[in-house]
Amino acid sequence: MSKNTTLNQKLFSPDVELIPTRNGYGDGLLELGKANPAVVVLTGDLAESTRVLPFSKAYPDRFIECGVAEQNMAGIAAGLALSGKIPFISSYAVFSPGRSWDQVRVSICINRANVKIAGAHTGVSVGPDGATHQALEDIAIMRTLPNMTVIAPCDYEETRKATRAAAAISGPVYFRFGREKTPVITTPKTPFAIGRAEVFQGGSDVTIFACGPLLYEALITARDLTKAGVSCEVINNHTIKPLDVKTILASVKKTRCAVTVEEHQIMGGMGSAVCELLGGRFPVPVEMVGMHDSFGESGTPAQLLKKYSMTRKEIKASVKKVLTRK
Amino acid sequence: MLIHEAKIKRLERMANTIRQDIVGMLVAAGSGHSAGPLGMADVFTALYFHILHHKPKSPSWTERDRLVLSCGHICPVRYASMARAGYFPLKTLKDLRSFGSPLQGHPELGRLPGIESTSGPLGQGSSIAVGMALAAQMDAAAWRVYAVLSDGEHQEGQVWEAVMFAANKNLSNLTFLVDRNNIQIDGPTETVMPLEPLGAKYVAFGWHVIEIDGHNIREIVEACEEAKHVSEKPTVVICHTVPGRGVHFMEHNFLWHGIPPNADQAREALGSLRTLRGKITSEHE
Repeated sequence: MSKNTTLNQKLFSPDVELIPTRNGYGDGLLELGKANPAVVVLTGDLAESTRVLPFSKAYPDRFIECGVAEQNMAGIAAGLALSGKIPFISSYAVFSPGRSWDQVRVSICINRANVKIAGAHTGVSVGPDGATHQALEDIAIMRTLPNMTVIAPCDYEETRKATRAAAAISGPVYFRFGREKTPVITTPKTPFAIGRAEVFQGGSDVTIFACGPLLYEALITARDLTKAGVSCEVINNHTIKPLDVKTILASVKKTRCAVTVEEHQIMGGMGSAVCELLGGRFPVPVEMVGMHDSFGESGTPAQLLKKYSMTRKEIKASVKKVLTRK
Repeated sequence: MLIHEAKIKRLERMANTIRQDIVGMLVAAGSGHSAGPLGMADVFTALYFHILHHKPKSPSWTERDRLVLSCGHICPVRYASMARAGYFPLKTLKDLRSFGSPLQGHPELGRLPGIESTSGPLGQGSSIAVGMALAAQMDAAAWRVYAVLSDGEHQEGQVWEAVMFAANKNLSNLTFLVDRNNIQIDGPTETVMPLEPLGAKYVAFGWHVIEIDGHNIREIVEACEEAKHVSEKPTVVICHTVPGRGVHFMEHNFLWHGIPPNADQAREALGSLRTLRGKITSEHE
């Protein structure tokens, strides 16, 4: 097992820091506000929970409250972008891009408008709000759109970096966050670039591709399995589109099997994207951990992740199963 | 900028020429919409030949007024007006809707310089225009934003989201021009899904409302001029038009909303337009 020295040294410690990924968005926007006067932030009546309130106070002239109207918000952002601004749309992913998909397709993607869409409250770990508010389809509906970049950052620090990186590239970007406090996996020193997957743990028997906060569960599982003699490679596959073809193929050519882990429907998500690549270029057995064609419900994040089979237990079982299929 | 009688006469002749261009384009394309483009020829002529600050040879001129066509299906009238204004050669008009043409079936940003935004799915241009007007307001820019919307398009909730937002932000640099031709694909608007009282709805949403004869060049120009002098409110100009204007067998007939004329019908249509000799001044004339 090769250790990635840029990761949080307390990664496997019981007192690992827990911070919601959405906080990284808020902090990243504050940095951007200072660095780039073209950056403007829009929200649809969700300034606090999407963490854009500090930006709205620091840069009131560049903060646009759109009210509860996500389709209009997408179009306004497109108009702003076509006039030289760099708009960040901030809402829950079930509403934006959930309710605004056609506007994202036409006004943003066909126009190649430089709009960034931040989808908060993704996955069943949104918890008590229930099925209506748990975005599990957002990656699928965004990654099928030409010109769109799709990112699922794994922790607070990576979300902060992704926010800044999104502003630095031209064109539409969608990125998603969770609601809950989740472990801080990376540090300011951990490399991050859109479109570049990172090997967070080296191994040779199986590759685990993960994105979002569940990457932490993948790392814990890999640590345990490696101790037990199964050499696991863990890749932080944060950019779902465009996929890092080179890193993914290089790893799978070595391990010859893969497990994908994400808090999203297994249909159309990160795992699907990996399977599309492998099916065409280097077919190997793949097991997918994610939501299996179901909606969530109310409960605690832990209860829901358990019920819907997205814990380290299922990751471990998937690794064992995929090894038997090699 | 107000307008002299001699220029009005010239623009009326231009609108008639543009109508003939539209008929030719639709016949060549073999598909497309007839009624809307013919009905809006006077408004587009007034925009491209008098109202807009623009430079046809420099379509990306940063200080240009922005014209967003929200109801993208009437694009033949925009294409013909742009060609006549000097944006691209007239011969390109015959390539409407054909493979590799900059004149896409619905207008697409990046395919044709001077198109400000992709459009087709209704309602979207309203928000884009509002976003542009907001950007101009934030930057204290002098350019104005014009958006052309159809009447049936107002059945999309997004239009009203945009209308509410624009009033809230006091976007006095924004003018909507609504093609009130009373038809849509399935029939008369008031049968399919009534829009009236349309003007009163805009008033209730906090807009300045002007209702005009959409075939009267002077009224179109004066309404847009009035809009410039309204402070702290966006303006909507409700342009009462006759769908298919100038082609007697298309006028008022909703069946011509979404189809082109065949060769025989086109000959008759051009005959109908030529007998008007460019003297369209009012639907009541």
